[in-house]
Amino acid sequence: MENKVTRNLYMIPYALWIIFFVIAPILLVVYYSFLDIEGNFSIVNYQNFFTSTYLKMTFSSFWYAFLITAISLLVAYPTALFLTRTKHKQLWLLLIIVPSWINLLLKAYAFIGIFGAYGTANNILEFIGVGSQQILFTDFSFVFVSVYIFIPFMILPIFNALESLNPTLLDAANDLGASKWATFLRVVFPLTINGVKSGCQVVFIPALSLFMLTRLIAGNRVITLGTAIEQHFLVTQDWGMGSTIAVFLIIIMFVIISLTGIRKRGA
Amino acid sequence: MKNLIRAFLAVLVVSIVCLVVINRLNASAGYSSANTLTVYNWGDYIDEEVIKQFEDETGITVIYETFDSNEAMMTKIKQGGTTYDVAVPSEYMIQKMIEEDLLIELDRTKLPNLKNIDERFMDLSFDPGNKFSVPYFWGTVGIVFNTKMLPDMDFNSWDDLWNPELKNDILLVDSAREVIGMSLNSLGYSLNDINKDHLQEAKEKLNTLTPNIKAIVGDENKLLMMNGEAPVALVWSGDASEIMFENEDLDYSVPEEGSNLWFDNMVIPKTAKNIEGAHQFINFMLDAEVAAQNTEYVSYSTPNKEALKYMPEDMVNDERFYPSPELTDKLEVYDNLGKRNLAYYNALFLEFKMYRK
Amino acid sequence: MSKKSSLFANLFLIIIFFVLYAPIFYLIFYSFNSGGTMSGFDGFTLDWYKELFSNTRLLIIVLNTVVIALLSALISTIIGVLGAIGIREMKRRKNQNTILGLNNVLIVSPDVIIGASFLILFTMAGVKLGFYSVLLSHIAFSIPIVVIMVLPKLTEMSPSLIDAARDLGASRWNVLTKVILPYITPGIFAGFFMALTYSLDDFAVTFFVTGNGFSTLSVEIYSLARQGISLNINALSALIFLVTVVLVIVYYYISRRAGNQNVGGLRR
Repeated sequence: MENKVTRNLYMIPYALWIIFFVIAPILLVVYYSFLDIEGNFSIVNYQNFFTSTYLKMTFSSFWYAFLITAISLLVAYPTALFLTRTKHKQLWLLLIIVPSWINLLLKAYAFIGIFGAYGTANNILEFIGVGSQQILFTDFSFVFVSVYIFIPFMILPIFNALESLNPTLLDAANDLGASKWATFLRVVFPLTINGVKSGCQVVFIPALSLFMLTRLIAGNRVITLGTAIEQHFLVTQDWGMGSTIAVFLIIIMFVIISLTGIRKRGA
Repeated sequence: MKNLIRAFLAVLVVSIVCLVVINRLNASAGYSSANTLTVYNWGDYIDEEVIKQFEDETGITVIYETFDSNEAMMTKIKQGGTTYDVAVPSEYMIQKMIEEDLLIELDRTKLPNLKNIDERFMDLSFDPGNKFSVPYFWGTVGIVFNTKMLPDMDFNSWDDLWNPELKNDILLVDSAREVIGMSLNSLGYSLNDINKDHLQEAKEKLNTLTPNIKAIVGDENKLLMMNGEAPVALVWSGDASEIMFENEDLDYSVPEEGSNLWFDNMVIPKTAKNIEGAHQFINFMLDAEVAAQNTEYVSYSTPNKEALKYMPEDMVNDERFYPSPELTDKLEVYDNLGKRNLAYYNALFLEFKMYRK
Repeated sequence: MSKKSSLFANLFLIIIFFVLYAPIFYLIFYSFNSGGTMSGFDGFTLDWYKELFSNTRLLIIVLNTVVIALLSALISTIIGVLGAIGIREMKRRKNQNTILGLNNVLIVSPDVIIGASFLILFTMAGVKLGFYSVLLSHIAFSIPIVVIMVLPKLTEMSPSLIDAARDLGASRWNVLTKVILPYITPGIFAGFFMALTYSLDDFAVTFFVTGNGFSTLSVEIYSLARQGISLNINALSALIFLVTVVLVIVYYYISRRAGNQNVGGLRR
């Protein structure tokens, strides 16, 4: 009996948190999604969502999130692999993480300067004879900066997966005459697939909601579901429509997670 | 366990030290004394010297906070938890705030300087009789362009923006009514048009502008124009005069088809704590000399006719920013179109932003 | 490993590190520019640093950010650790999974959704937007991270350890403080630092739930970046970078020491 009471006692704050900050917000979002702009109960928001604008937006959000995730993975995997082979690898890993401690907005702010018409990137392009280009406010700059922001979060889980790889497996593959490439494809990659999965998850989902970058770096030429939610909540005051988009994003999120399993940053 | 407790205490101590320092700083800046006045205004929209003068004269400490869109301001005031004493929304938002009962009626006896305001800017449709608001600045929407980068363009017509030579050159403001409004104007419709066919037509026309658009931005358009990152931008007149001051190659034009005439007025939100101080502040800002000084700093157009006497001649006579009454007749003030129509504007604007060539 | 591939590997890593640090050093470089813009270096100056330290508003914002991060990490660590222990002690596997599922909702939710739903929540509950709404939000989104960081440590702990302590007559409190907590200390620290990182890094959630002039660094930079470049911000980034590096070094040493101690402690 005493057992039960004390257990319940120290679970109270956590239970309260679940009720007020997990369940309640979801219910509120669902509730608001059924309110039209004048606060009446209706399903007009859902009808709106299935018009070409929002379907197109959903599609393009996914496309960009996919691009960002794929490129991050392509860059992060070799980085993590090479890192595990360095001396002092923990220190190097830490140095990879350090930039992620610098505020995201500061880094975005730096890129506004670097990618500007008279910024460093264009100076370099001029210098090597390519000539000045429009870099800021393009798809390229948006994807580049997003990948830049997410890279450490992709490297970390892959690095950890590689670290927990049993080295004797590699030796075994080697002894059996497998080429390096074959060892990688048949042994290393399959065994680190969980790290890859969690990396993709921690990149893909936030990549759907990068409204600050779509504004600062892409000059609103890229509109994602996140941008639309922010607009509806803070600019156009249509909380209902914003909530409807949020409901869809939540559903999508659950689908992705049930496909890949729960992960965490840095797992 | 010892480690944990030590770490716990260390974090706690550091946090408390930080909190104490914050309090100290707040106190030294006067933010936490009882006699304060919170002003909620657009970014960089007041001469800080003027605030200091007001503080010296009245002993009230001003906390100056900024917003970057009428909607954001409205959200925060409506949400309730705020205590802004004076806010400076634009006209259509004032109408909305009056409808939603978010404003306090002004006490005219405490605003003797109200007589300085030009009658043209009083008693307008958004606030009949100026019961709730007092003009702060006014202006137009137009095109700012770089004469060095575009030597032979004058932008006397909105249609000039559709010139194929301007590929990837134009900065638009991230605001539904301004952007759709310019398209409506170029088609000869009213800025307050709510006819869906007309609005669709305006959006279709905007879609054809897409190849020319560099970005749809907020306040950063000023910086981008100033540094020559882009040659053309749709801006509010005040922003234009501000950046023209910094970069002499820039010029401003209000296209002849007509444009928007806007007002930013001072109001006292329902949530205000220091109503007496708020009146004092508004009256102070209406003083001719103060308004002149503030106008020179902010460089928007002042509605204060007495202030004009204290300002440099070339500023007052600049027809781009103080258009003649004949020209002003062509300009339209935004009406509050109601939530549904506004939502329609926003939906169209979103569709336009999503449009890819 | 052949020489050629290791050369390639090193080159690759050098490029990655260069790209990762370039924007940061770019900001720091221009913080010494007397020219006042981020294009063209006119001359060396420390004026921006002086201006930064006389800018009370910005200093307050920096401290706000730090206080929010520390307090939210601290409180969420406490709640999270208790929650994790509770989850661990649950008898039925099904309940455990349900709670874990709920726990992970906020981890996998995009920031905008967390921000928007908390804004609705605070509005409905009548919570004033400002310090407390931001603090509550940060605590809320940090708790699940702590749980996730602590739980594996708890599960890997063998139940016989607790049973043994019980058999030796330890009270529940003693079991908690003498057995469980010391064992999961590395997890707790990891959770705390993760929570700290999340809080310092957050922009979207804070952007939604802040008000009344309360501002954190990222929200402030967002509005500054839209208004125009001031090299104050560069000076600030330089200082933040410096502090971060110092913290990382300290963390590196602490975690190594803590790791060693823990291993030693077990052996003893």
